Amino acid sequence: MMAALRRYLGLHARNFGGALGRLAGQPFATAMTVLVIAIAIALPAGLRVLVNNVGALSGGWQGAADFSVYLEAGVSADRAREIADGVAERDDVETVELITSDAALAAFRARSGFGETLDALEHNPLPHTLVVRPASGAASDVEAIAAALEAVPDVEIVQLDTEWVERLRAILALVARVVDVVTVLLGAGVVLVIGNTIRLEINNRSTEIEVTKLVGGTDAFIRRPFLYLGFCYGLAGAAVAALLIAATLALLRSPALTLAELYGSNFRPAGLSLDEAGVLLAGGALLGWAGAALATARHLRAIEPR
Amino acid sequence: MIRFENVHKRYPSGREALRGISLHLERGEMAFLTGPSGAGKSTLLRLITLIEKPTRGTVLVNGQNTSRVSRRGIPRFRQKIGVVFQDHKLLYDRSVFDNVALPLVIIGLGPREIARRVRAALDQVGLLGRERHAPITLSTGEQQRVGIARAVASRPDVVVADEPTGNLDPELSLEIMRLFERFNEVGVTLLIATHDLELIARLDRRRIRLLDGQVESDLAAEAALP
Repeated sequence: MMAALRRYLGLHARNFGGALGRLAGQPFATAMTVLVIAIAIALPAGLRVLVNNVGALSGGWQGAADFSVYLEAGVSADRAREIADGVAERDDVETVELITSDAALAAFRARSGFGETLDALEHNPLPHTLVVRPASGAASDVEAIAAALEAVPDVEIVQLDTEWVERLRAILALVARVVDVVTVLLGAGVVLVIGNTIRLEINNRSTEIEVTKLVGGTDAFIRRPFLYLGFCYGLAGAAVAALLIAATLALLRSPALTLAELYGSNFRPAGLSLDEAGVLLAGGALLGWAGAALATARHLRAIEPR
Repeated sequence: MIRFENVHKRYPSGREALRGISLHLERGEMAFLTGPSGAGKSTLLRLITLIEKPTRGTVLVNGQNTSRVSRRGIPRFRQKIGVVFQDHKLLYDRSVFDNVALPLVIIGLGPREIARRVRAALDQVGLLGRERHAPITLSTGEQQRVGIARAVASRPDVVVADEPTGNLDPELSLEIMRLFERFNEVGVTLLIATHDLELIARLDRRRIRLLDGQVESDLAAEAALP
């Protein structure tokens, strides 16, 4: 029993090794096929990573649901501090950050590059601002606070920052759906590309198939090397796709960090997690196997000894 | 071992390749199948290897009715028959060893047993020590002997050969036939199709001559006559 199992596993190991040998034997053709598969896999997988990142970003903001409270122009810094203290005492407010007009101007000067233009202004055009973070993110609570703050004297505008986040999330949901469709289409593309490659391989090896049938090879025996070949194509394609995604992220990392910093966010673009990479590789291998299964089911029967 | 009972084979084109063939090969017998091209020799062998099934009549190989073998059962059926082809049908992208090993890999033997049997088969055909060679580097006669080694490696009870000496000169042809006789001596049943009458005249064996899809004559070996 153990010996039979060992022989069976040995047969599979030889088929796997044989498939790798075949791929290595014609490196250029293999590289082209693997690259086509890799791009077809990298596109939806990369889009998915992108959507996840933007989703994580907007998710962070949504949790905060901060608002900005702009005070009337000409309100003194002391009055602003008084208002801020008053707001901070509310039970439904978690934190209040006061950005005085001077601090806002300094920050703007530092980041915008309009330093000299700002020098030309006679007085600071920026108002004092309170950044208010509610204790709860529930819409009714947030609106109650907003209404209360609007009633405070010397408050000019209360601006909820959540609306655009909602819109972004709606857009993201739409994009995610598009990515789903693209994933299915390109997945089918990968199956067809591999299926076609295997079909050519079957044609190239028709003598071998014929002889194997003549000396008593079962369909499973004849099919196995082709299934392994498809499996290897899919696996290699997925591995290269993972590398493509990693390389793209490496290229995007520095500008993304700069952008995040400009928005005062400590956001870090995330690549494929170990789990996701595993799913990617397994998915690629499965698609390759499926393509090969499709091709062998259609074409092996046609080759009978004559 | 091989029994044909009133076997007809008609092709979809309407051509009748075999018309009422009846013959019987005992276990351990060696016979030649002769006749002009188109007489039905190849068709008869194809019915034995189950490449085709008879239109009418019964073909029994090792007691098994070929008409009752399902598509899934064909591989197992063929594993018990050794086949030798005129054009060898070797796989040129593999070594001599791997060519001979193919039927043994198929029946699922372990690597050590495969190596043992491949060497034994190559030894029998006089090619031991050539196992790492590529078939293309061998002469035609040597390639045919590799083909024979592959046919006998799994120790089948029956070996059929279709014009195995078709491309060989008389000396090499005789050598091949002597090889077959040696397998016959250890009990293998052999049916060899050939149109080389000069060659079989030098061997005292049963001769079945086909003409137009019928058995024209069936002459026993002289040694077997009273």
